[in-house]
Amino acid sequence: MPGSADLTALWITLQLAAVSTLILLVLGTPLAWWLARTQWRFRFVVEAMVALPLVLPPTVLGFYLLIALGPEGPIGGLVEALGGQPLAFTFSGLVIGSVVYSMPFVVQPLQNAFSAVGRRPMEVAATLRASPMDRFFTVAVPLAAPGFLTAAVLGFAHTLGEFGVVLMIGGNIPGSTQVVSIAVYDHVEALDYTSAHWLSGGLLLMSMLMLMAVYALNRRFLVVRL
Amino acid sequence: MSIELAFRLDRGDFSLDLSLALPGAGVSAVFGPSGCGKTTLLRVMAGLERSAVGHLRVGGRTWQDVNQFVPPHRRAVGYVFQEPSLFPHRSVEGNLRYGLRRSRGNGDSARLEQSIELLGIRHLLGRRPHRLSGGEQQRVAIARALAMEPALLLLDEPLAGLDQKRRGEILPYLERLHRELVLPMIYVSHSREEVARMADHLVVMDNGRVQAEGSLTDVFTRLDLAIAGQPGAETVIEGVVDDYDSRDGVVRVSSDAGPLHAVLGQLGTGQHVRLQVQARDVSVALQAPQHSSILNVMPARIEDLAEQGTGHVMLRLRVGDAVLLSRVSRRSVRELSLEPGLEVHAQVKSVALLG
Repeated sequence: MPGSADLTALWITLQLAAVSTLILLVLGTPLAWWLARTQWRFRFVVEAMVALPLVLPPTVLGFYLLIALGPEGPIGGLVEALGGQPLAFTFSGLVIGSVVYSMPFVVQPLQNAFSAVGRRPMEVAATLRASPMDRFFTVAVPLAAPGFLTAAVLGFAHTLGEFGVVLMIGGNIPGSTQVVSIAVYDHVEALDYTSAHWLSGGLLLMSMLMLMAVYALNRRFLVVRL
Repeated sequence: MSIELAFRLDRGDFSLDLSLALPGAGVSAVFGPSGCGKTTLLRVMAGLERSAVGHLRVGGRTWQDVNQFVPPHRRAVGYVFQEPSLFPHRSVEGNLRYGLRRSRGNGDSARLEQSIELLGIRHLLGRRPHRLSGGEQQRVAIARALAMEPALLLLDEPLAGLDQKRRGEILPYLERLHRELVLPMIYVSHSREEVARMADHLVVMDNGRVQAEGSLTDVFTRLDLAIAGQPGAETVIEGVVDDYDSRDGVVRVSSDAGPLHAVLGQLGTGQHVRLQVQARDVSVALQAPQHSSILNVMPARIEDLAEQGTGHVMLRLRVGDAVLLSRVSRRSVRELSLEPGLEVHAQVKSVALLG
């Protein structure tokens, strides 16, 4: 059976994934919408920046985040100047790191979904008296629903599996910043394979179930949308 | 109440440059080959082409001029797109209510009922769009636009994506709108048949410019336009049925060209009809023919004639207050010395009912 420290790590991991996914959907939706519609010639620069975490070693990303979030860094410095707590080695810092790290997994499905919706339904809605905001919520979002589902699940699942970035900016503080992936690492280091099995198996099962849900639901959506 | 507009739009390889005044009632057809800018014109009028420069006034309201651009969702326009464009995530009724809820009437159900009735879609209300045929989807799209009580209805080749059979299913509904509503409609089409059936006013476009404009009959019978030079050239004559002879099924229609007799099936007296006379079914004779099988022989005067290159000559005949096209051989023109101003007798071999 997993110990109480493991359960805490699991709880922190789920919280981190949930909060990050929520923030990613809020930030990623307008960004994806803009990327899907803009004619700006330098759009590719923004797209490359969003995709960067896909190819960058998590340690490199984590290293830069550590510097940015530290008291001397631009983000950490600003937060402290405003009277906030330092971000490095805190849960808030982990959330910021996860948001950056999982950004492509949320933005790309959304961007593809919005592109697939196309301009025509929006024009139709405009001729049916819907204002731009109105048609975004009543036409673009419902038609892009499969994209939202994919984005949310991939963002969540990817944050669950994060390791390098967390290790760099969150350290490994049990009960505060220790997440499952790092707890597994610790167990293996300590040759406690039983605990490592429990946690790893749990994460494997959870990830598998979520991905199956996405693929199954997307297939159904496709049938409905023809 | 009329529609005035003038627009310029430059898109590199294509430019639109036109100015028009269209009647505030009835169907104005915009006719021309693909790529001539018909659809762009409609999009400009709906406010979907932000870069178009010009002005547009509909029934005394300014939608666009130098100082203002009313965004598409604030224009009292109904737009039926070429391909069926129902929202797939809403039922038929949900689609109908989408525009209705956002328009002035705020859900006026009388207007919705009328639209459902006019387009005959009551049995489809609970269905999802993908369960509808193309023709049914297009009927719902038309009803959706109508339900908002637009000041102007724009129809962009609403039948182009449908096969012949489906077209035949929708045209009667469109003709019904035409008969029963005063709403001005702009109907874009490249089909001569649809134009002949639907239009009161006709705008011929080519390469982003207006080539000709006027009443349907005037434009159809202008010999300087390609439209009258085609093998299927025709004249459209409107009239009212004033007699039906049940003995041999002949209908008499009083029209600007005088009484026309034709076998058109049983029609009630007083019924308004739109007739089509093919140019190749009209011949001319210098003397009134006697003992002819042709039912309609009318005194006419040749107004104009144009060579058609294939050994044929197109004549424009003045018959009463109407105009008829007649396609004859070049030899006949030479042997009978046909020329503008000559009084002849027009023989109309066949008259067809449009719609």
